[in-house]
This record gives sequence, structure tokens and C-alpha cells, in this order.
Amino acid sequence: MTAIKAESRRPADETLGEALRSHGISRRGFLKFCATTASLMALPPAMIPVVASALEKARRPSVIWLSFQECTGCTESLTRSHATTIESLIFDHISLDYHHTLQAASGTAAEAAREAAMRDNHGQYLLIVDGSIPLGNPGYSTIAGVSNLDMLRETAEGAAGIIAIGTCAAYGGLPHAAPNPTGAVSVSEIITDKPIVNVPGCPPIPVVITGVLTHFLTFGTLPELDSIGRPMAFYGQNIHDRCYRRSFYDRGLFAETFDDEGARKGWCLYKLGCKGPVTYNACATTKWNNGTSFPIESGHPCLGCSEPDFWDMGGFYRTLSMPTGHFSTALGYGVAIGAAAGLASALLGRSERDKARSAHEKVSVDDLDKGGSS
Amino acid sequence: MNFTDATRSRVEISAEADLTHNVRPLLHEIRHALQQLSQTGETHVIDLRRIPMAPGEEARILELLGEGEIKATLTVLGRSTIIETAYAGVWIITHYNESDEILGRFIEITDAPAILKSQKEEIALAAAQLFKMLSADQPTKEETRNDSDQS
Ligand code: SF4
Repeated sequence: MTAIKAESRRPADETLGEALRSHGISRRGFLKFCATTASLMALPPAMIPVVASALEKARRPSVIWLSFQECTGCTESLTRSHATTIESLIFDHISLDYHHTLQAASGTAAEAAREAAMRDNHGQYLLIVDGSIPLGNPGYSTIAGVSNLDMLRETAEGAAGIIAIGTCAAYGGLPHAAPNPTGAVSVSEIITDKPIVNVPGCPPIPVVITGVLTHFLTFGTLPELDSIGRPMAFYGQNIHDRCYRRSFYDRGLFAETFDDEGARKGWCLYKLGCKGPVTYNACATTKWNNGTSFPIESGHPCLGCSEPDFWDMGGFYRTLSMPTGHFSTALGYGVAIGAAAGLASALLGRSERDKARSAHEKVSVDDLDKGGSS
Repeated sequence: MNFTDATRSRVEISAEADLTHNVRPLLHEIRHALQQLSQTGETHVIDLRRIPMAPGEEARILELLGEGEIKATLTVLGRSTIIETAYAGVWIITHYNESDEILGRFIEITDAPAILKSQKEEIALAAAQLFKMLSADQPTKEETRNDSDQS
């Protein structure tokens, strides 16, 4: 993420094609760049020529990144996406004008940079937000004395579009978990008059973050979204449908504990609480740590971290079909057709669900000790 | 199988192993694409990043495809390897970054991957550069006369 350095700044009217040539990148290098960029954006290889012609003409957008109630995990994830020449070329090519974790400037100078970027690129800059926004008391989270709510409203006003990175910005995330002590909400619960792309995950897969940014850089538009604002290219498929353990699920072969024969043989993790059937994300194909593996491949059930209210789905190790009522929201957002067992719990009455939810609000140390069995 | 990413090949499975069975369908996809290539000349690209591979499956696919006669290395934006498999017309292209981590791996079914060929724009540029170099080296009339005086 070198774009913040002043020396990496290039003329605003320089296209990406020109920038690559001025880096001495050959035509073959450009083809490599386009092939890996199309793959990064989850576009089919047939789209490579389209990406090439769009990238050739792409101009440098201004980006303002605001961090609210968050753990910096999303920024950590992004900056650990393979530190490549290719991705740094992309990031060199956006003008990241404000990101309080990454920028060298602080205090008044940092805020002045944000205000200047907003003024100079009014109506054209891209706003990226990570973290939820507390509505309970403005003092819960402030930057330079400005409440998160005010800063979001002020910065969103002149933005061309907003990307909500991480489950906190997209759906409230961990701060929003019951009993939501700060009154945390998502970006889309405050800003309703701008295009918003949700890139959830706790954190999101690094190449999914860069893929969405690259889409905006390449085509100057925001990608196609699903019903809860997520890019279809990365969140269009269900983990369960793409899971390599699916053949065991279909045959009813399940690991019952983390160290039984089924676990050793790599059987399905459904009974250990896997939320794959109600989770939409790219983990099963894109994977983590530069394509090494993903939680299910490492023997751990999916937590469903890209779904709204995943913290309140009734326990990470609780089987989806167990009627706790805590995954009511997730069911509302879409259940895998194959998860017939999970459907039974959709029949739970609202009052029962509410009872279960409120019963869960007071958490003692004992409860935490019980871990998955709670 | 020296072009296989070590991290992906650490868990070895056989093609018959009871996992997702990506190996056989992918080889069929390649076979169909090869038939198409030989009959109509139509090329095909498979992005291996888009397929939900079980541990060891990618390594198994690469192993079954084997290595053919051509191995080329491109050195731009990190290394890229372009390898024709034991099956003519089936190429494995792997792009690495400068830390030698894999950025993407594609199976191309084609007579020659586009990235291997000299690029049109650069061929034109090369001709101009060569002409410029030769013109700069051209001895002046004065130099030619002096040379012949001395001999
Ligand atoms: S329940 Fe989980 S482990 Fe089992 S097949 Fe579905 S996603 Fe994979």
C-alpha cells in the first residue's frame, strides 16, 4: 500500500497503461497483469481482453478510507494480500488520500488531507469504511474529536460510492452482537442515498478486497451485487455447494468430534457446527494465505463470518439444525437448498426466537468457559 | 513435478481418493477443449483459482498432465513459467510475484499461449530501434575516407 507515499504520486490524468509503460513494463508484462487481474476480480478468462482494454485507459481515483469501531483486522488482511508487484501497481494507481492507520500524517495534517481530497474530488472519490458506527453515545468512538456518525455523513456526502469492508461496516459485525452495548449499526443503516458495496468477512479475504477495488479502478463502476449488497463475483456461491467435503455430507459421513475417525478422514464438519450451508463467500475457491487452504480444509467448521449477525447464530459449534433460533437472521438472508435439516428451524416462532435471543444476552465467565456447548 | 507449489502438494491424494473428484472432470474438460482446438482451432483457458480444489488435487492434475518438450520462463513482474504438458496443445501457465508466490495458474488449450509469442506492438518497436542503432553506427563519409587513406 505505497500509494500514501508522496513520491509515488503520479499525474492524475495518467492512465494505468501509461503508468505501466513508464514503469518499463513490457506488453507481455501487461498481459500477465491483465490475466492475474481478471482472475483477481473473479472474471472468466474470456474477459481478459476486455480487462486489458479497460485497464489501458483506467484513470487514478481518489480513495478515502475511514475506520470506525473495528479491530484493524480488515486493514491487516488487506496489507497481507500477497505483497506483489502487481497489486502494488494497482495500489500505486489509486490515490489513497486518507487512511489513519497507514498514513504518515497525523492530527490536523491528516484531517486536512481528508478535507482536501473531499473538496478536490467532490462527487468522484471512493469512500471505504471499515468498522461499525455507534449510535448509542457519540463518545464511544471518535476521530480527531469528530463522532463516527458525523464523519461518515460528512465524507459520504461527496462520494461516488461507498465500499463497506468487513462484517462490522457491512452489517454491524461483532460490535452489533447481542446485547449491542454501543448501539452499533452498519454503513447502509445510515447512508441511504449512495451506492454501497458490502464486502463482509471477519476479515474479508484479501484478494476479495483488492478484487472489488480493482473492479472500480478498471471499469469505473461498482460490481453486480446480491440482495444484501455483496458482489456476486465473490459472494454468489455458497460455501457448502463449493466445499470439497460435500460428498461426505451427501453420504451422511460426519466428524462428531475434532479427533475422531471422521475428523481424521476429512469428513463433513456439519455436526461440529459448520455454517457453510448458510454462508456465501469465496473461501472454498480463493482460499486464504495465498491460496494455501481455508478453515474447513484445516479441519475447523465455517463460522459464517460473511453473514449478518454471525456472532448470534447460537454458538460456533452448535449444529445448524439445532433449534436455538439464533440464526433467524441468517435464514432470512438465504439458506442453502441442500441444508434440509436447517430448514426445520425456520419454523420456529418469532416469540421463541426472541426468548432465546434475550436469554443469551447475559454472558458470564462460566458461559464463556463452556465454549461451544453453550 | 518441479513446477508444483510446495504448499499445495504437501497432502498427497490419489486420483481415486474419495474427495471432490475434481481431477477426472477437469481432465475431461481439457479433452473436450483439445478436440475443439483440433477441429475448429478454438482455444480455451481454465483458471485454476476458480475451482474448489481439495488438498492435493491440483498437484495430482499437474502430475497426470506431465511435462512435454517446452519449458519457458518469463521474467517480468516476477517470474512466470509456461510449460507444455505431455499432451500437445495443453499448456500450464503459472504467474509468480517477486517473492515467488503463486499469483495465478491457468491451463491453456492452444497451439501457443499468447504470452509466449513476440508481441505485435513490440515487434514494430524493435524494428525501429534496430534501425536507429544501425543509423547511429553508420560511419560518416569523412571517417570512410580517412580509413581508406590509412590502408
Ligand atoms: S457442512 Fe460444512 S464441511 Fe460439510 S460439506 Fe457443508 S460446508 Fe463443507
